Amino acid sequence: MTSLPANPSPTKLGLVIDLDICVGCHACAVNCKEWNTGGYHAPLTDTNPYDADPSGVWFNRVHAFEVGEGKSGRTVHFPRSCLHCEDAPCVTVCPTGASYKRNEDGIVLVDESMCIGCKLCSWSCPYGAREYDADAGVMKKCTLCIDRIYNQNMEAVDRVPACVSTCPAGARHFGDLGDPASDVSRLVTDRGGYDLMPEMETKPVNKYLPPRPRRHDNGEITEITRLEDASPEGGFLGWIDRLLTATGEAK
Amino acid sequence: MNPAYSVIFFTAASGLGYGLLAFMGIFASLGLLPADRWFGFWGLGLALAAITLGLLSSTFHLGHPERAWRAVTQWQSSWLAREGVIALLTYVPAAILGIAWVFFEQLSGGVLVAAALAAILSLLTVYCTGMIYASLKTIPAWHQSSVPTNYMILAIMTGAVWFLALLYIFQLSTIPATVIALVMLAIGMAAKIRYWRQLDNAPVTSTSGTATGLGDLGEVRLLETPNTSANYLNKEMGFRVARKHAVKLRRVAIFTGFVLPIILVVLAALASGVPAVLFSVTAGLLMMVGIVTERWLFFAEARHVVNLYYGDTAI
Repeated sequence: MTSLPANPSPTKLGLVIDLDICVGCHACAVNCKEWNTGGYHAPLTDTNPYDADPSGVWFNRVHAFEVGEGKSGRTVHFPRSCLHCEDAPCVTVCPTGASYKRNEDGIVLVDESMCIGCKLCSWSCPYGAREYDADAGVMKKCTLCIDRIYNQNMEAVDRVPACVSTCPAGARHFGDLGDPASDVSRLVTDRGGYDLMPEMETKPVNKYLPPRPRRHDNGEITEITRLEDASPEGGFLGWIDRLLTATGEAK
Repeated sequence: MNPAYSVIFFTAASGLGYGLLAFMGIFASLGLLPADRWFGFWGLGLALAAITLGLLSSTFHLGHPERAWRAVTQWQSSWLAREGVIALLTYVPAAILGIAWVFFEQLSGGVLVAAALAAILSLLTVYCTGMIYASLKTIPAWHQSSVPTNYMILAIMTGAVWFLALLYIFQLSTIPATVIALVMLAIGMAAKIRYWRQLDNAPVTSTSGTATGLGDLGEVRLLETPNTSANYLNKEMGFRVARKHAVKLRRVAIFTGFVLPIILVVLAALASGVPAVLFSVTAGLLMMVGIVTERWLFFAEARHVVNLYYGDTAI
């Protein structure tokens, strides 16, 4: 059914992404691709992977933005993936029932066997979370690694989404955002976690944590000082320098 | 938005088909049409051919056309499913009307009810088509109450002009149909000009600041895209080609879609016999060129908020 769950369980599994910590290394995107190309939506088809114009299905993409001007300007790395919205428009627009939101944990999934590939769900998503696989003729999207987080064959510590397990900086957190006492919920409360494009009224489950204020905001930006003098005055290096200069080859 | 040819053809052809079916239905139910077998055959045949070709073409852009039957199941939530359901339902009264008219030359009693029903369901289908677009918050140019209204206006308009051409071909009374066609062409042109004016003066819905949530820290500019060559999102939602020529294309749509058809319908009214047929058919053909241009622009000019993650700063 592509109606949203009438009585959803209070559990809302999702991610919290810390924009203060993310260094933009793309490891989350790469590990997502690596896991999911063999997972629920396998394969994440690439077309012309070794040509001039490669294209392919990715569930997680890392953008970089510049924010502010001059001294107060900064670079923010910005991973973007499905936010598993509570009012997911991608679910209600689906004409076939392929796109659905799970009652028990709120994960938004596509049942490939029912998808007709009309692409309307991708049009309805403000966040660009869904990518059409032209080769398979169906829509694919982040599954919150449903084949990892409930996987009894994996160690308990590995039962997190691939993007979370691989992040070397600890910028990604997974948990139950429906439980106010959970670690992720407390992070959101403490750090002022927010929704992307709240004006779209999708009520995203995933939250983003803003960059922290600068610790040294009163320093002047000056010219870079050289750490080492290129023309030593005295001593052995000075003698070498003078000798080489005299032979006329120094530049 | 990338204007897929199949969807442009579908909405233009099905709009014409449903409009024509509505006129055949309304005029028949009011007893204004003869129970002539050949008029029924050509009128309903043209309408149903346009509808059916349109619906078939809309399945060409699907990844799995063989599963298209599933698209009628989710009518409780999806406007696309509702469109499918009502489109299929429309065939029932249309078939009753067609069989009675063409095979039995009967236009009375229950057949009149079927005729009226076919007209109502035709317009409802076009309304659902418009609502598919109007329900998408992510595309502010489409998320307007005027969108389904305009789809219905243009469907009635295209139907009216072709209905008039048929009346000329079959040498039937054309006075009410001429008035309706001219009024609809004028309303259609006004509606489209109003839509474009609204589009040009639309307030900003979302910005790169709200898309990233970083707006409070200052102006948000894209530094690096995640991908080095265009991905699905860029190709499907980032279409920019026609926007460049939008002003010229709008002019083309206005002249071929509305102005020239109005002149030709007036000329047809002044003429008679073969010239009147030629004028009215040319009006219909030129109008369709205008409608296809208008439909192309409807897609090409619509901007999706996902582009805020790819360099746009306000949509």
